[in-house]
Amino acid sequence: MSKIASETVPVKSKSAEPARAVKSQKSDQATWKNAYDAQIGEDRVIKNRSGIEVKALYTPDDWSDESYDDELGYPGQAPYTRGIYATMHRGRAWTQRQLIGLGTPEEYNERLTKSLDQGASAISLLPCNSGFRGIDCDEAPTALLGTCGTVINSIEDMDAALKGVPLDQISTAVNDPSPFTLFAFLLGVAKRRGIPFDKITGTANQSDYISHFVANHMFYRLSLPGARRVFVDHVAYCREHVPNWNPVSVVGQHMQQAGATPAETMGFTLSTAIQHAEDCINRGMEPDYILPRFTFFFDISISFFEEIAKFRAARRIWARIAQERLGAKDPRSMRFKFHGQTSGVDLTSQQPLNNIARVSAQAIAGILSGLQSMHTDSYDEAISCPTEGPAQIASATQHILREEAHLCDVIDPLGGSYYVETLTDQMEEKILEVMEVIDKAGGMYEAVEQGVVQRMIGKSALAHQQKVERGDEKIIGVNHLADHEDAHEPAPYRPDRSKMERHVTAFKEYKSARNQSDVLRAIDRLTKAADNEDENIFASIVDAADKGATHGEIIARLREDLGFGQPLVVE
Amino acid sequence: MNDYPGRVLITKIGYDGHDRGSRIVAAFLRDAGMEVIYTPPWQEIDAVVSLATQEDVDVIGISSLATDHLIVPDLMAALGEAGLSHIRVVVGGIVPESEHELLKTAGVSAIFGPGSGRDDIVVAVRNCVTESRQNRTFA
Repeated sequence: MSKIASETVPVKSKSAEPARAVKSQKSDQATWKNAYDAQIGEDRVIKNRSGIEVKALYTPDDWSDESYDDELGYPGQAPYTRGIYATMHRGRAWTQRQLIGLGTPEEYNERLTKSLDQGASAISLLPCNSGFRGIDCDEAPTALLGTCGTVINSIEDMDAALKGVPLDQISTAVNDPSPFTLFAFLLGVAKRRGIPFDKITGTANQSDYISHFVANHMFYRLSLPGARRVFVDHVAYCREHVPNWNPVSVVGQHMQQAGATPAETMGFTLSTAIQHAEDCINRGMEPDYILPRFTFFFDISISFFEEIAKFRAARRIWARIAQERLGAKDPRSMRFKFHGQTSGVDLTSQQPLNNIARVSAQAIAGILSGLQSMHTDSYDEAISCPTEGPAQIASATQHILREEAHLCDVIDPLGGSYYVETLTDQMEEKILEVMEVIDKAGGMYEAVEQGVVQRMIGKSALAHQQKVERGDEKIIGVNHLADHEDAHEPAPYRPDRSKMERHVTAFKEYKSARNQSDVLRAIDRLTKAADNEDENIFASIVDAADKGATHGEIIARLREDLGFGQPLVVE
Repeated sequence: MNDYPGRVLITKIGYDGHDRGSRIVAAFLRDAGMEVIYTPPWQEIDAVVSLATQEDVDVIGISSLATDHLIVPDLMAALGEAGLSHIRVVVGGIVPESEHELLKTAGVSAIFGPGSGRDDIVVAVRNCVTESRQNRTFA
């Protein structure tokens, strides 16, 4: 039984210290500085990951609220530093969107159903790596199928994966890089179930081909110019036919995971968003027609305050870019909506249970940053695709932070902190510097073609590695307190090989049972669309998916039409 | 020859595209004076075998983040068939303990998990270079 603290602490005599004595002694900075210098000894120079030096104390000398209205404003009002909606998490908590991808479509469906039962409020689907490579399951070694994502190669697979899921009532996100075959399958399933396309909500959360080129090497799927064409067609199609779908998610996650600093990541991502927006505008789309459907996707690293400042600064920068550079007038175009995923890079395979603590810290940073949706990693993600128990803890972490820690009660609770506001300003400056480098290179597309971005990322990755090697960055269980016994090594997730083999057999049977001439005609229409700039390639992809064409078939044909990418080796 | 630096092919097979690890390890080995042949990810096994032949490498380093190590036994078999059994293969990345045996049995010389030290990696690769040269001489 615990007692209330005040009952156990003896009450001090009120007459001993007159309150006046304390009041008359004016607090002053010089006295603090002297005391600090005397007590700290040799002070350390501390820099965050973006290279900003962090001081021991921040005061009104660093930041004051004189420019509150211009720099911060109120939630839901430009420049949106404090949040993009008036009510933020107090009105509606962030969407809990746990990324799931494993095994066969049926196995995915089972895990998804459990996740929704455990309180996930949206769907997120990760395809098998063989899909990222652009091939179907019958072309890949079975050993690699379904180990890190679900094998979904056709409309039938998508139907099975989403069995029993009310697509008109729940928001869906698909990790579906160009040419968006998964989304085409999803639309095919909606059509089959009689769901009108305007009821489909969610996000194409890997639609940013530029980030894939930089950090995930999607050049093996389509050429860079080909991916650019498909991207703009996809946006145009979705705006017209699937109006409540967000066809654009500009992804900073890959670049930060590949080693970019948080400031570089945000600079690259915002420059990418400008590139995508300008490409759409050049195609004749109005800024306010497309920008309200732009979303962003980031890693939340464990560099706590730096992450918070990164996101607060980004909201302010984006609001200004949307208005001043891209010509938006609708406030919805200026809102920097983002999904955050706790960063797997900070997780360790050593002493893996420690990852629960890391994920909690990352998630708190994300929540205090005012994110719109979040995925929390499972502690075993440093070892394999999440298994069920750890996935449950990751999900519960979000509930605990929301319900028990009360993180939704106050909007932007760190706003006005001398430190956080100073850091927000400094991160803004750093981010703008990075964006200037990209502008000088001719924009993000050109910068990526030239390898400018890749070189910067490689340099930062190596610099971080050297900090870890020197022990300047301590990682518990890796270079600090590493000799503790590893008590718990979770068994890695591996799909049931026999189920996968049966799936591949069924897939082959499905292919041979289709109406071949329909499929062939639909695939030929891809070429026709690719050859004609006035046609929308994505419309022909939706049609091909509906006619039974597979992921691999669609990509194989588009590769012939739009070219294979050339790997850019940057050392 | 003691001052022979060794030729190492750093690559990724299978379907994962994350290359932070392979790039960093390539830099480690280069800093240590080795000649590194580096490829982007997503290489076919046959392509790795032919590149290893062309470049006359002593060691192949496979980086695996997302289960691609599961097809390393296929690479070992392909090297054997191509008469390249002297080439030593090292795997780095996320390889669960429970799957070390699979790789060792297939003939993998060393496995490095995340957080492995630069020096440990360099020393192990150097030893592999020496072994590979010896095996080549007696082959």
